Amino acid sequence: MPIFLTQTLAILQKDLKTEWRTRERLSAMAFFALLIVIIFNFIYEPGSPIIKTVAPGIFWIATAFAGLLGLSRSFAIEQQNDCLMGLRLTPADPGAIFLGKMLGNTLTMLILQALILPTLVIFLNLQIAQALPRLILPILLGTLGFATIGTLFSAMSLNTRLREAFLPLLTLPIFIPALLAAIESFRAVLEGSEITDWLVLSSAFVALYIAACLLLFEYVLED
Amino acid sequence: MNTVIDIQNTTRRFGHITALQDINLTVPTGCIFALFGPNGAGKTTLLRLIATLAKPSSGDIWISGIDTRRNPHEIRKNIGFISHQTMLYDDLTARENLAFYGRMYGLQNLNTRIEKVLLTVGLKNRQRDRIHKYSRGMKQRLAIARAILHHPSILLLDEPFTGLDTSAQSILANMITTLKAEGRTIFLVTHDLARGLALADRFGILFQGQLVHEASAKDISESALQTLYENKTTE
Repeated sequence: MPIFLTQTLAILQKDLKTEWRTRERLSAMAFFALLIVIIFNFIYEPGSPIIKTVAPGIFWIATAFAGLLGLSRSFAIEQQNDCLMGLRLTPADPGAIFLGKMLGNTLTMLILQALILPTLVIFLNLQIAQALPRLILPILLGTLGFATIGTLFSAMSLNTRLREAFLPLLTLPIFIPALLAAIESFRAVLEGSEITDWLVLSSAFVALYIAACLLLFEYVLED
Repeated sequence: MNTVIDIQNTTRRFGHITALQDINLTVPTGCIFALFGPNGAGKTTLLRLIATLAKPSSGDIWISGIDTRRNPHEIRKNIGFISHQTMLYDDLTARENLAFYGRMYGLQNLNTRIEKVLLTVGLKNRQRDRIHKYSRGMKQRLAIARAILHHPSILLLDEPFTGLDTSAQSILANMITTLKAEGRTIFLVTHDLARGLALADRFGILFQGQLVHEASAKDISESALQTLYENKTTE
């Protein structure tokens, strides 16, 4: 196996194992996302025609804000016992470290979304069963884009005093184009419309984000 | 004897603050070099430059003939770093921690290598315990295992005795002597003059970012070193 892939998988496996054992991030993220959906349940009449229009926005608001909660902890585990220094002392490619962390964050957020979708069905009476297969790709692309930017800024904000404020302020503005594509493609799926254009836009942004973050991450790791 | 660490006219600045100024130092292969100095003298900064974690503002550092600026990844393969921070994940077991670092270094025959280092540091019986259950001394022994896992030729030690009980300090000191016998070069940064002198072949004193003294550790007594240290580190 190429060393780059070995290093990426080592980071991914370590992050998932740590999260599985502590469940620190996922439990906080899930609870926060549930609260957001419940609040919208009070605002909109469950099962009303407007639900199909607003549900994609609610889904991505819950994902983004709960996701930011998890992302802020993503590099915090590397601060414990100065593990980040341990990582930097290895000859590992910074790109491999970034990809490993980013994939770990993506998987954590996909698990979170797998929990959010049923709550939309339960609390907002959203009819989603038939649309579910077509939703997978737009959700996956949006999540990948969000996790990519969030991982970079999570590392950047590690040593800032206002990390919790700094992370959303940096992440959300840059994620807006991909977020728009993710919400619109979700809505198009619910309305039975064509989503190809939105998928192309999402893919382009994800590719751009990944390329830029891979280039920049080396400098983020430097002193 | 070959020079393994070669520091030439090295200065490191952080904004307006000069942490290290015009350092010149060579450490031969297989030598234990102890660097003494008060807090804020620049000891850790120098160690971080040698470890390629930071770049000099001016000057050059060569490790085993490789420029730290040009090929830091190649240098890192040959460096082990031990500090008072363990750089280990509390929620992983000892074996998982070593396996993780082994994969990051791209080691072959990783299981055999892990068995060997666990045996060396006396933690084989506790290898499947998550390390948050370990005592401070056990964690530090595992940190040593992490640092020597990839068989580095140079070991950088930053205040490794800090926070250890007497027994763990003796184990660490014995381990340093064993590693030297294996031909590794050891660069030790410490406040502990007596222990540093007992281990070192050569020593240096760093004060306000300048290397104010460098000599053989064999020709000086502990009390003479104490006097010299006080003289050299008084403004």
